[in-house]
Amino acid sequence: MVIPVETATITVTVDGRPYTATVEARKTLADFLREECGLTGTHLGCEHGVCGACTVLLNDSAVRSCLTFAIQADGQEVMTVEGLAAPDGTLHPIQQAFWENHALQCAFCTSGFLMTTYAFLKENPNPSEEEIRETLTGNICRCTGYQNIVAAVADAAARLRGEKHTQPVGGV
Amino acid sequence: MKPATFSYAAPRTVEEAIELLEAYGDDAKVLAGGQSLVPLLNMRLAQPKVLVDINAVEGFDEIVEEEGFVYVPMRVRHVQGERSPLLREKLPVVSEAVHQIGHPQIRNRGTMCGSVAHADPASELPAVLMALDGRIVVKSGDGEEQITPEDFFLTYLTTSLQPGQLVTALRFPLLPPNSSAAFVEFAQRPGDFALCGVAAYLHLDEGGTIAEARLALMGVGGTPFCAEQAEAVLQGERPSAALFAEAAETVSQEVDPDSDIHASAEYRRHLAKVLIPQALEMAAARLGEER
Ligand SMILES: Cc1cc2nc3c(=O)[nH]c(=O)nc-3n(C[C@H](O)[C@H](O)[C@H](O)COP(=O)(O)OP(=O)(O)OC[C@H]3O[C@@H](n4cnc5c(N)ncnc54)[C@H](O)[C@@H]3O)c2cc1C
Ligand code: FES
Ligand code: FES
Repeated sequence: MVIPVETATITVTVDGRPYTATVEARKTLADFLREECGLTGTHLGCEHGVCGACTVLLNDSAVRSCLTFAIQADGQEVMTVEGLAAPDGTLHPIQQAFWENHALQCAFCTSGFLMTTYAFLKENPNPSEEEIRETLTGNICRCTGYQNIVAAVADAAARLRGEKHTQPVGGV
Repeated sequence: MKPATFSYAAPRTVEEAIELLEAYGDDAKVLAGGQSLVPLLNMRLAQPKVLVDINAVEGFDEIVEEEGFVYVPMRVRHVQGERSPLLREKLPVVSEAVHQIGHPQIRNRGTMCGSVAHADPASELPAVLMALDGRIVVKSGDGEEQITPEDFFLTYLTTSLQPGQLVTALRFPLLPPNSSAAFVEFAQRPGDFALCGVAAYLHLDEGGTIAEARLALMGVGGTPFCAEQAEAVLQGERPSAALFAEAAETVSQEVDPDSDIHASAEYRRHLAKVLIPQALEMAAARLGEER
C-alpha cells in the first residue's frame, strides 16, 4: 500500500527554474511560492477560492494556488507573475497594457488578473468584450470598477496580435 | 499554514486508492480537484487525517461513449466536460450546465465527479444527472455499483457514499430519438453559485405528444428536486406555452425551498416558476430542430 506522508521533498519548476524544498503536505502552492521560492508576486486574498488574487498557471492552465497543495505540483511546471516580464525588466505586453490603461490602483489583485489574462489570451487571441468580462468573473478587484481592466485586456489582445505597437513608457 | 496537519498519498491505481480509503475509513478523504474540499480544509471546517489524492491515478481522464451511455470518469475536469466534442454533440445539456459552474480557474481544476460527490444543493450536475436519468458509478472493495441520483443524494452535502467508496464515473444515457434536454439557471453574476436552476427532459411519441417528461430543480432544497406533479401535468399532452405555464404553476406549489442568506424561500419559488417554462421551451425548440 502507498504510505501516506506528512512531509515530502518536492521539486517544482517555477518560471523555468527548478525549486526543491521539503514541505508539509498541507502547504498550499501559494505558500510554497511565497515562502520557499521567495516569489511574493502571487498574492493571497481570501484563501478559499473566491477572489482570484492567487491565480497562477499550473501546466499552462490558470488555477487558484490557494486551493492546490504544493505536494501536488511536484514535478510540474508553474508560471507566476514574476515570469511575465523579460529578464531585462521589459514589461510583457499584458503588463504594459494594464499600465497604460490604468487597470490597477492598489494592485493587490493585479497579479491574479495578469495570469488569468495571460492564459485566456493564449486560448482566445481575439475575444469579444463579453468573453473578456466572463473570463474575469473569477477575479475580484475592489478598486478599479473593472472598466479599465476590461479595456486593458482588449488592448493587450490587440498588442499580442501585433495590431498595436507597444511603446515602453519610462523605467520599470 | 491554513489547514490542520494531514498525511497525503497519491495512489497510481483505483485499487490502491480504495485500499487506502478502506484502511483509513472515516479518517480519510478523497482529494479530486480540491475546489470544494480545500476551502473547507483552509477554514478547518474539515480536518481529515489522510488525503487520498486521485489526480495521479492512471487513466480515468477521458469522456467515453459505450453501448448507449456516455461515461465521465473521475479525473475529468469541468473544463473538459465544457469543451468535449462528444458531449457537445450527443448531450449538449451537460456541456451547457458545466459551463455555468464557477469561474474558468475553478473549471480548470474541479472535477465533474467531485461536484456530484460533494453534493452542494446549488450545484448543477446533480440536477442534470437526475433529469437525464443518469447513474453514479461507485467502486469499493466489494465491487462496483451504479446508483440512482434519488438514492445517492441524501441531504445538504450528504450522499450515500460510505468510507472506502470512490465515485469512479458518472453515467449518462444517450438521448433516444424524439427526445431532448435543456438546462437553465439564475445566478446574480456569472460564476456565482446559482439561486435556482432547472434541468428538463422531454420525450415525444410519434404523434407529437409528451410520452415522458422529467424536471429536476437545484437550489430549492438539500438535494436535487424531482418535480413529479409537474411531470404528470406534462405527460400525454402536446408541448405548448400554455402547458408549460401550467407546469410552472404546479412546480411553484410543489417545491418547498428554505430561506437563507442568498435568497428567501419565496424568491426561490418565484425563480422556479420563471425558469421551468424557459427550460421546457428550450428543450422543445431542440426537438423542432431535429425534425
Ligand atoms: C469560487 C467557487 C465557485 C464555485 N461555483 C460552483 C458552481 O457554480 N457550481 C458548482 O457545482 N460548483 C461550484 N464550485 C465547486 C466546484 O464545482 C468543485 O469543483 C466541485 O464541487 C468539487 O469537485 P472537486 O473535483 O474540486 O472535488 P474536491 O474539492 O476535491 O472534493 C469535494 C468533496 O467530494 C469528495 N470527492 C471528490 N471526488 C470524489 C470521488 N471521485 N469519489 C468520492 N468522493 C469524492 C471529496 O472527498 C470531498 O469531500 C465552486 C467552487 C469555487 C471555489
Ligand atoms: S486567495 Fe486564492 S482565490 Fe482568493
Ligand atoms: S487595484 Fe486594488 S483591488 Fe484591484
